[in-house]
Amino acid sequence: MSDHSSLMPRRREMHPEPYWTDYKTSLTRSPNLPLLSMESTVSEETGPRFGHNLLGSLDNNLILNYSQGKELAIGERIRVHGCVLDETGRGVPHTLVEIWQANAGGRYRHVKDTYFAPLDPNFGGCGRTITDENGFYEFMTIRPGAYPWPNRANDWRPMHIHFSIFGHAFGQRLISQMYFQGDPLIDLCPIAATVRDRSQLDALVAPLDIQQSRGMDYLAYKFDIVLRGRRQTMFENKPEGM
Amino acid sequence: MVQKLTQWTETASQTAGPYVHIGCIPTFAGIEGVYPEDLGLSPISIAAKGQVITITGSLFDGTGWAIRDAMIESWQADGAGLYAGQVGADPNVSGFCRFAADKDTGEFILKTIKPGPVKNRDGKMMAPHISLWIVARGINIGLSTRVYFDDEDNSADPLLVRIEQGPRVDSLIAKKTAAWQYRFDIRLQGQGETVFLDL
Repeated sequence: MSDHSSLMPRRREMHPEPYWTDYKTSLTRSPNLPLLSMESTVSEETGPRFGHNLLGSLDNNLILNYSQGKELAIGERIRVHGCVLDETGRGVPHTLVEIWQANAGGRYRHVKDTYFAPLDPNFGGCGRTITDENGFYEFMTIRPGAYPWPNRANDWRPMHIHFSIFGHAFGQRLISQMYFQGDPLIDLCPIAATVRDRSQLDALVAPLDIQQSRGMDYLAYKFDIVLRGRRQTMFENKPEGM
Repeated sequence: MVQKLTQWTETASQTAGPYVHIGCIPTFAGIEGVYPEDLGLSPISIAAKGQVITITGSLFDGTGWAIRDAMIESWQADGAGLYAGQVGADPNVSGFCRFAADKDTGEFILKTIKPGPVKNRDGKMMAPHISLWIVARGINIGLSTRVYFDDEDNSADPLLVRIEQGPRVDSLIAKKTAAWQYRFDIRLQGQGETVFLDL
């Protein structure tokens, strides 16, 4: 099978509304005009690849990677694990997964975050890994805190971890957020609400995975991610119209 | 009844938010020492074949304000029109770059080589172009577009010819400002809105 067959069209109705009144910043940053749709080309069907040699040994451990193994970050210890799949259900091997998040108090280590919850001197908030040959990945981190943000006067972000995934094609590029089972702020959040299909929003909520948790150490959460698939056909490279 | 189609649905996008740099360009956020260097610092190494060019631009929101918190990724072919991973591609062109709008001015700069025309699967040639993917706070699903060049023949490009309103083609064409320098502004919404893609 060629790796360069065309991508399945993106099902935009399964994605957030670009323009969503309750998320104020989206009002001036969403296109008014329709997107130009056509079949993917080689420019979308190829994409950057990253090798396992990119990774340092602590890259997927946010509890330790900011201090480079010297001190532990503060917070509830969690392990986040899952599979990167595509729409055909196959695992996506050897693809880069990056995450970022607030610390246990809900504060980001970023020059522009001015929330008064304190920084943790041992928490940076970024991590990365590459899926194995079956599409599996895992991180160790701390549970991020919920935090207030300037939108409506009393808006709070539910606890969440940002995910960035490459796949094998630039047209598969995806950034999303993982929420935590049972967080009552999810249903109050205007950013979560941009996803109108309830099953699609539910798919952003990671369940507690008690059997993968480790006593006296960490709780586990499972978060599977699905990327766009490719059509599987030998009729892919025929001249147009033939 | 019919046989069941077993298909998964793509995970819903969510905004990258204002702190996307923490995960994608940590040094921009002020985070040093987790990784040896940021990913995608340059799409080329020094021995890359082709003409080095610089593309400068800003991203304007619907009010005309240059946004300061966007992250952009670019993906392109080498000087001969081949993508990394394709047979014969220039090993000195990764083709991938990450860059941010400046946090004070909103301007971005991409230094790369000019890509060659790319042959598509159906044998048709696409004019030289660089694919961009834009994320930021307030962008709920990443925006895709392409940079073409005003000193190339774009007349038969299979994507550009699909744009019904002729003047809108201009929004995808970088303007030469000096030798090997181009300007490419992106308008997210409103007057002169950039053509965004769903490919």
